[in-house]
Amino acid sequence: MSTTTAPAPSKPPSQAAQDPPAWKRFVHTPTAGPVLALLVASTFFSFQSDQFLSGGNLALVIQQIMVVGTLALGQTLIILTAGIDLSCGAIMAFGSIVMAKLAAEGVLPPLVAIAAGIGVCALLGAANGALVTFVKLPPFIVTLGMLNIAFALTHIYSDEQTVTQLPGELTVLGDTFPMGSTDISYGSVLTIVLFLVFAYVLGQTAWGKHVYALGNSPEVARLTGIRTARLRMTIFTVAGVIYGIAALLLVARTGVGDPKAGQTDNLDSITAVVLGGTSLFGGRGLVLGTLLGALIVGVFRNGLQLMGVGSIYQMLITGVLVIAAVAFDQISRRKQRS
Amino acid sequence: MPSSAMPAARVRARRTARATTRRTAACAASAALLLAGLTACGEGAQAGDDGGPVKVGLITKTDTNPFFVKMKEGAKKSAEKHDVELSTAAGKFDGDNEGQVTAVENMVAAGVDGIMITPNDSEAIVPALEQARDKGVLVLALDSPTEPKTATDALYATDNHKAGELIGEYAKARMKGKKAKIAMLDLAPGVAVGTLRHDGFLKGYGIKDSDPSVVCSQHTQGDRSKGQTAMENCLQKAPDINVVYTINEPVALGAYKALKSKGRAEDTLIVSVDGGCTGVEAVKSGKIAATSQQYPLVMAEQGVEAVVQHVEKDTDLKGYYDTGVNLITDDAVQGQAAKDSTFGLDRCWG
Repeated sequence: MSTTTAPAPSKPPSQAAQDPPAWKRFVHTPTAGPVLALLVASTFFSFQSDQFLSGGNLALVIQQIMVVGTLALGQTLIILTAGIDLSCGAIMAFGSIVMAKLAAEGVLPPLVAIAAGIGVCALLGAANGALVTFVKLPPFIVTLGMLNIAFALTHIYSDEQTVTQLPGELTVLGDTFPMGSTDISYGSVLTIVLFLVFAYVLGQTAWGKHVYALGNSPEVARLTGIRTARLRMTIFTVAGVIYGIAALLLVARTGVGDPKAGQTDNLDSITAVVLGGTSLFGGRGLVLGTLLGALIVGVFRNGLQLMGVGSIYQMLITGVLVIAAVAFDQISRRKQRS
Repeated sequence: MPSSAMPAARVRARRTARATTRRTAACAASAALLLAGLTACGEGAQAGDDGGPVKVGLITKTDTNPFFVKMKEGAKKSAEKHDVELSTAAGKFDGDNEGQVTAVENMVAAGVDGIMITPNDSEAIVPALEQARDKGVLVLALDSPTEPKTATDALYATDNHKAGELIGEYAKARMKGKKAKIAMLDLAPGVAVGTLRHDGFLKGYGIKDSDPSVVCSQHTQGDRSKGQTAMENCLQKAPDINVVYTINEPVALGAYKALKSKGRAEDTLIVSVDGGCTGVEAVKSGKIAATSQQYPLVMAEQGVEAVVQHVEKDTDLKGYYDTGVNLITDDAVQGQAAKDSTFGLDRCWG
């Protein structure tokens, strides 16, 4: 975008970063693209449909993106280390079936069943982490394998049956509370809180800085004294826990345990991460960008539906946006460097 | 290299950290703005009578299956005729419940008067449909029922049992005086459509599942290549099979290929259900002897009409509306009503 005055090459980088005005600095952040896209899209849709800007409708969009958005949060952690997770949707589906079935059949009390569901997700996430860290397999391959394993486990354990008649504890996050004249679901709030927590953890804590350092260069991170093996294990396991929370959100949203759920959510979560301005090469990106990325997909789906545009065009536009987002990121980085 | 890289790395890490803080702040601010906008914007959308044109939403299982393309065509035709505003949506893949839930919510938010849906999951979709009905939206199931059936105001679908019965009767008449060895290429365990067609065929043929003439039963998921594999396996088991019941035409064509490579295509009778254009073409060319044709276009047409009637005249809907089925064959048997492939091609889909 802004092609004006590059800082003099002789200046040390840290000082140069303080010179330009705030808006110019903002344009160079990875979140500039998604913020702009979201604003443009929202403006467009508010002119196209009277219902779009109603509180109820915007609350609905957040409710619709809470599952993929939460998955994308875990995905962001992994992509920040230059990894990728193809298994997140399948792990979530398995976790949701485990908690739904254990609770519906009364094997465990509902809250323990939820913990068990989140637990198996953490376990599968940790298994991914161990294979990547200690066996040194590429994340793409490990999670491709795990995708199939978790998918199969889901169908074996569920016996292909949808689990209904769930106790209230599992669906409470799908319930809403009134805020002004708008009904907001508890799940939406949990999702936003999760994002804020991880925005803080990644931005303000030593652990967060280590994650970025690992993504920038594992070798350098190791040499600066970061215990990279343990860090990578932790990241994959934490991602697993987040998928477990997504599993609970999924059960709450649909009110059932659905073995067929989540089949495209791995790619949808990567879409949200990329739209949010996180680099697939690691070390660059923000979790709040991911939230914006998920919102962009949700806003387009909702807005186009309100306009009466068919769902196949929503996929078309999502595809264009993904490529545009990566192109924007590449170009703005090249500009920064030159 | 390591020793010289270290200070650079520290600088970089520090930069990243500082830039991150700033970015986080910018981002948090925009997220907060969005939330503030959300709560400030007030009243949600209401479904129902707002004086404008009648609005109808159609949600199919997927966007790609020709059956649903035809269904959409029927909805569009009927919508134009009745001056209805039609919007469409679909699951991302066969079985995608969440995508359909999202579509239902968005259509309710858009203020539709009625939703027509072919559910991907007959049980899992029910809570979303109940919410829509609570807001006064008329909900119709097309092609496949929900579980329980009372979760929708009405069902517009083929009588699948009758569809099976027609080809059962037909096969029985064609096999008159010959000893039948029957292969049954079914859908999948526990899927209502498959069970209904299967039972219908047996009833039409006048036999039971346990009848010794049924020499092979296989599940095919309605998939052409799985149909071929199933038929190959059946022929291994019983090489003298001479009647093949198939759940749909892709499976029938898969079975035909397996029979042909064994040199058995000429003397084996294949019957099927669906009425897609490829299927009816296969009836015309003699690969398939007969098929029961169903009418997705009619389901959607009648659905749109029902919503219009409901909005304008407040008519009540109840239960099940049969959208019709015809036996399509160019080799009709005496005493059974049938239509030829020209009739079928006029009304086929795909």
